[in-house]
Amino acid sequence: MNRREGVSPAAAAGSEPAISVAHLSKRFGDRVAFDDVSFEVGHGEVFGFLGPNGAGKTTTVRTLGTLLQPSGGSARVAGLDLNPENGVEIRTRISIMPESPGLYVRLSVRDNLECFAGLYEVVNAAARIDQALKAVNLVGRASDPCGGLSKGLRQRVSLARALLNDPQVLFLDEPTAGLDPVAARDVHELIDGLRQRGVTIFLTTHRLEEAERLCDRVAILNTTLRAIGKPDDLRLRLFPNALAVRTVAPLRDPDLVFKDLPGMKAWHRDSSGPYIIAVADTAAAAPALTRALVAAGADVLSIAESHHSLEDVYLELINEDVEVVAK
Amino acid sequence: MKVSGTRVRAILTKELRDLRRNTSVLVAMLLIPLIFSIAPLVNILELSSAASSGVSHYNVLLYLLGIPATVPAVIAAYAVAGERQQGTLEPVLITPIRREEFLLGKALAALLPSVVVAYVVYAIVLVLIQVFAQAGVAAAVLHPSEMLVQVLFTPLIAGWSIWLGIAVSTRATDTRVAQQLGVVAGVPTAVVAALVAYAVIPATFGLGIFFVALLVFLNVTGWRVTSRMFDRERLITGTK
Repeated sequence: MNRREGVSPAAAAGSEPAISVAHLSKRFGDRVAFDDVSFEVGHGEVFGFLGPNGAGKTTTVRTLGTLLQPSGGSARVAGLDLNPENGVEIRTRISIMPESPGLYVRLSVRDNLECFAGLYEVVNAAARIDQALKAVNLVGRASDPCGGLSKGLRQRVSLARALLNDPQVLFLDEPTAGLDPVAARDVHELIDGLRQRGVTIFLTTHRLEEAERLCDRVAILNTTLRAIGKPDDLRLRLFPNALAVRTVAPLRDPDLVFKDLPGMKAWHRDSSGPYIIAVADTAAAAPALTRALVAAGADVLSIAESHHSLEDVYLELINEDVEVVAK
Repeated sequence: MKVSGTRVRAILTKELRDLRRNTSVLVAMLLIPLIFSIAPLVNILELSSAASSGVSHYNVLLYLLGIPATVPAVIAAYAVAGERQQGTLEPVLITPIRREEFLLGKALAALLPSVVVAYVVYAIVLVLIQVFAQAGVAAAVLHPSEMLVQVLFTPLIAGWSIWLGIAVSTRATDTRVAQQLGVVAGVPTAVVAALVAYAVIPATFGLGIFFVALLVFLNVTGWRVTSRMFDRERLITGTK
């Protein structure tokens, strides 16, 4: 992986990144949780951390949050070196919303938040709690016992709790895991709101459409870092520019039709039917392709840019790992 | 190391609020020592005045110091293992709280109800003896110095018992096991109290001072040792 790809825009511009990780690793005995992980996250950036179950995402968050000691490498979080001496100060500057809300179910929403406001030594706690409740649209449920709240509402309380100390860096560990689409959309809107306020967000998720929608850059982890960059850049890197052509009937001689297209690299027929033609520049190739198809007498249904989602990128990388393991 | 009073108070307040909404724990804490007090109490109430000289050599009611030795384990053993089991430990540990502050808040939250329960049971026993025992027996059993010992030693013994319970709780993976082991850990202290009550160990002023010093030392040491046993990484991941 190109080291520069792990560098955030803010870092590239000269200011210190919100998170800077160099060759970080964590082992539990013989088991490697993650290894040789390096990246940077700029201030105000929403950084997605993707990977399958057991890839080391939560362990990375716990390590950067000073809950676990790294086995190797180094990191800086919110302007401080990651070491036990800085643990209290780092935890003062950051917040982590764990996957499981972990609320005190017999206590009310406000009681829960009051406890954590005390733990963060928040000045003017009552006003801060009101702000956090307002941010997650829970003002009307402040007196409800947490045990009676739905999973979606508990996630909101957990997010309100993570906002109490006005963190420089907010780690969200699978914030929409197990939520229905409406509740997940609510959480997305809250994250969008935080992004607009300039909060640096480190988001681990399984939901690729979530990462695609919310994140400025993403990293794909499978024990080691497999890729990092903007979703569009990753797509382009793994899947070259291509045009997708659908015809009523198969072409008699596709090689003859496609061979003279400007910048043509290769073509294949997708299992779902369309011809996929890899080209250097889709805008230059599309008109020539249209003419060639008409000249060949093809009945064209559609010509479009071949689109690959972040999910395609993810599956391509993770499948590579599965194949390597299988070999 | 600077201990933050705000953070300790946050844990203490949360625990007391939780206890207030879970009164069955308090009722259980109160009922068990009351039930175990019935038999010795009946023995005292049945004594004739002629037998009063026989009991005056003993500090019978000091056996009630067994209550602060065993009862706090019910709450203390839950302190870490319970939070872990409920999934509420990780959110607390990702705040700036130090392990010493967390455990001190937990210990104080176990101490307050335990001391109240021990005092209440003691007060009930005193009133029953005063009202229902023969006058001579009541005078022989109720020593002002013994009451002072009870008042002074109850929080010290409860504190020590709590640190034992929390120490067990930091290592146990199951709350029930932690509670059972916590009660067992408090038994030796209860046995010492019983031996003093029945004059096997003579209750002298010097011995009292020694025990006060010992318990203060054990409480401070208990806090330090338990804090060292509190390993964030092991508690979060279950490894190490």
